[in-house]
Amino acid sequence: MAIARFWRENDSRYNMYGKKCGNCDKTYFPPRDMCPKCRRESMGKMKKVQLTGKGKVISYSIVHDGLPEFHMQLPYTIAIIELEEGARITGQVVDCNGDSVKIGSKVKSVFRKLGEEGKSGVIHYGYKFKLI
Amino acid sequence: MSVGIVSYGGYVPYYRIEAGSIGAVWGVDGTARGKGLGIIRKSVPSPDEDVITISVEAARKAMKCCKADPEKIGALYVGSESHPYAVKPTATIVAEAISAAPNLTAADMEFACKAGTAGIQACMGQVASDMIEYGMAIGADTSQGAPGDALEYSAAAGGAAFLIGKKDLVAKINTTLSFTTDTPDFWRREGQMYPRHGGRFTGTPAYFKHINACAKMLFDKMGTKPEDYDHAIFHQPNGKFPLRIGGAMGFSKEQLEHGLLTPIIGNTYSGAVPLGLTNVLDNSKPGDKIFVISYGSGAGSDGFDITVTDNIKKHKKNNWQPLSDLIENYELLDYATYAKFRGKINMGGVA
Amino acid sequence: MKEVAIIGIGETKIGELWEKSLRDLGIEAGFKAMEDAGISGADIDAMFVGNMSAGQLIDQEHVAPLMSDYSGMAEKNLPAIRVEAASASGGLALSQGYMAVASGVHDIVVVGGAEKMTDVGDETAGEILAKTADQEWEAVFGATLGSLYAMMARRHMKDYGTTKEQLAAVAVKNHLNGSMNPNAQFRRAIKPEMAINSAMVADPLGTFDCAPLSDGAAAVILAPLDKAKKYTDTPIKILSCGQAGDYMALHDRDSITRMDATIVAAKKAFKYAGLKPKDVQLAEVHDNYTISEIMAIEDLGFFKKGQGGKATQDGQTALNSKISVNTSGGLKAKGNPVGAVGVGQAVEAVTQLRGEAGERQVDKAETALLHNIGGTGSTAIVHLLGRLS
Repeated sequence: MAIARFWRENDSRYNMYGKKCGNCDKTYFPPRDMCPKCRRESMGKMKKVQLTGKGKVISYSIVHDGLPEFHMQLPYTIAIIELEEGARITGQVVDCNGDSVKIGSKVKSVFRKLGEEGKSGVIHYGYKFKLI
Repeated sequence: MSVGIVSYGGYVPYYRIEAGSIGAVWGVDGTARGKGLGIIRKSVPSPDEDVITISVEAARKAMKCCKADPEKIGALYVGSESHPYAVKPTATIVAEAISAAPNLTAADMEFACKAGTAGIQACMGQVASDMIEYGMAIGADTSQGAPGDALEYSAAAGGAAFLIGKKDLVAKINTTLSFTTDTPDFWRREGQMYPRHGGRFTGTPAYFKHINACAKMLFDKMGTKPEDYDHAIFHQPNGKFPLRIGGAMGFSKEQLEHGLLTPIIGNTYSGAVPLGLTNVLDNSKPGDKIFVISYGSGAGSDGFDITVTDNIKKHKKNNWQPLSDLIENYELLDYATYAKFRGKINMGGVA
Repeated sequence: MKEVAIIGIGETKIGELWEKSLRDLGIEAGFKAMEDAGISGADIDAMFVGNMSAGQLIDQEHVAPLMSDYSGMAEKNLPAIRVEAASASGGLALSQGYMAVASGVHDIVVVGGAEKMTDVGDETAGEILAKTADQEWEAVFGATLGSLYAMMARRHMKDYGTTKEQLAAVAVKNHLNGSMNPNAQFRRAIKPEMAINSAMVADPLGTFDCAPLSDGAAAVILAPLDKAKKYTDTPIKILSCGQAGDYMALHDRDSITRMDATIVAAKKAFKYAGLKPKDVQLAEVHDNYTISEIMAIEDLGFFKKGQGGKATQDGQTALNSKISVNTSGGLKAKGNPVGAVGVGQAVEAVTQLRGEAGERQVDKAETALLHNIGGTGSTAIVHLLGRLS
């Protein structure tokens, strides 16, 4: 059972909380306790920030041979997205056929099911993205 | 003392299926059948959508259009007959996802198709009594009709959220009242995938009796007549019933127009009247008067008399996305994909 | 630091080996290597085992003592160490064995790599491979390993004009090489159209852009160079080893069209060996996907950034061309027994450097490069191997 493993990330998966380095102002998602650019100088200076969920597609793939959890959604589009705040994030782009997604497409986050632990198990929720 | 709607937001999934595509599978003229029901197409949720995701999307839209602090929401109710969990609230997840947790009360409601309006009433009481500053009431469903059943043409998905409070109201709720009896017209037993219904018994003794009674109570209490209202919204299990009942009361097609969405998105059950009200507010101007009667099988009706305020103009400037954007932007599915999305295909334990 | 040589090599056939268990495979490769080196169990001081995911693939953890035990070493109480770095587990086992001998702690060391992938279904194997990326922030959101490499490919295409035909050229070349390797999983040449038109796995990557799921094992025996001559006339020297890391998740990297871990690991390896890319005649690079080989030959310094696809299409990486890349058939055709890959690369390089590669022999093979990647490039290991002049 992975209940706690998912539950403890809800803050970031539901509401896109990341961290901002108080030393160099770079934003990270998911949250990190140390900035990989500033390292020691960033310790104790990583501030919790909520990201807007808006960004653009850096690259994407239309997945035909996917993970079992996402069987019903095949083919689905997965993308690396650069958020307005600069942090990059991997997520699905939903409600589109893959052809309409392009490198550079503008997207915003939406709240969706990420998966479930079988028909009787806990359901996991979090962000996906939608074309603007 | 005024209690009313501070903000609101609606959500309808992206996919649709047409009545004709459903009928084709079951050997009937689906388009004609849909015409009989007043339904052209209905919304279909993605496999990764459920009442929780729909509720969160609607609630977020509501919160984006107002300045209210989510931490000041003291109560959150989600009314639905398709909560993803039988035990474990939808409302707690929605509360977390709009940053309203943890200092609030939250619960799920069920009263067939009127659980959303029941939530509005519960919030109104707590706001009026100063127990809470804001209450969030959501009505949402991803209802299922058994394959081949008449309900398959109508059972759709969607929902709307209302932030109830006293300050900065976009619409004042002048009064609310309810009419409730024990009438077994439509039900779903614990553990059953699809609901069942009493066929034509769902009409006269159920839908029509309760809405008529509730509407009469509301007219009497407010001392109003149909012509005193700019908009009227009735529960809409199909596209015909609300026109018939509204027409019989003396409402014109124009008064019913914006509140009737079932013909193009299907019956969104607990989301139906809330979505109708959302679309009416989107299309309203300051001073507009709105007459609302919901209906939930089992059975009961909630009535609301509402007046739109000047704030509606501000609301439409503030991150507002009209519901029509979601209604008009859609992709049609064939029946096979619809069946896959709705879990109607026996996967033999694979998925 | 002592100089280290490979004195024996062994490898199983790679493929869907239904009759064989993980321990069967490991032992087969190990015995072949010991026989090749002409050593006995009594000579061995330690064993390093590269294995990615026995716990999930065959429900068995603690596989190093298992291998040691079934190699007959239980009574000798041999220290056995499992090494894990996803698909770079084999390369990392080799580097750990190398350092153990170089440091003087051990003399004779067996380095093995083994993976048994077909005891689970394809979908489960795919899920397990996805876990070599960041499970919590990539795989949970639906990213398969293939889709992450597909995103590298899409961006490489956009930024450098790399084409589907150039990706296919990698598969065509590696299948041709694999057709000459008796241990390869796929021993048939393919036509470009077959690769280009293959079913999409993760657009733009199709079936023929992806390495298969394989069972297999490989082993090499390491010894201090000064003692190697006692066992073999053709010891192959480990000239250097460079390892580097990077962000775990692909999205965190500044660029997804290069692998900084590869660039840094290669620089280290070339620096320690005092060599340059032009000194290398053959390279076994990590072609888990066709795009991986294109990026690798750029990042390793054989071709300019963005020129890997064109160079491959022009035949510059074919057998006995500018540089012979993946003469074994690579992961694409020889096969992809994940934890065994890095050790299998060493087996191929030694075979070539000894001049024993038969019809796929590289002319005047003096120096070989091995390149092994874990996940999407959060681990990279580069070894340089050379003949004694």
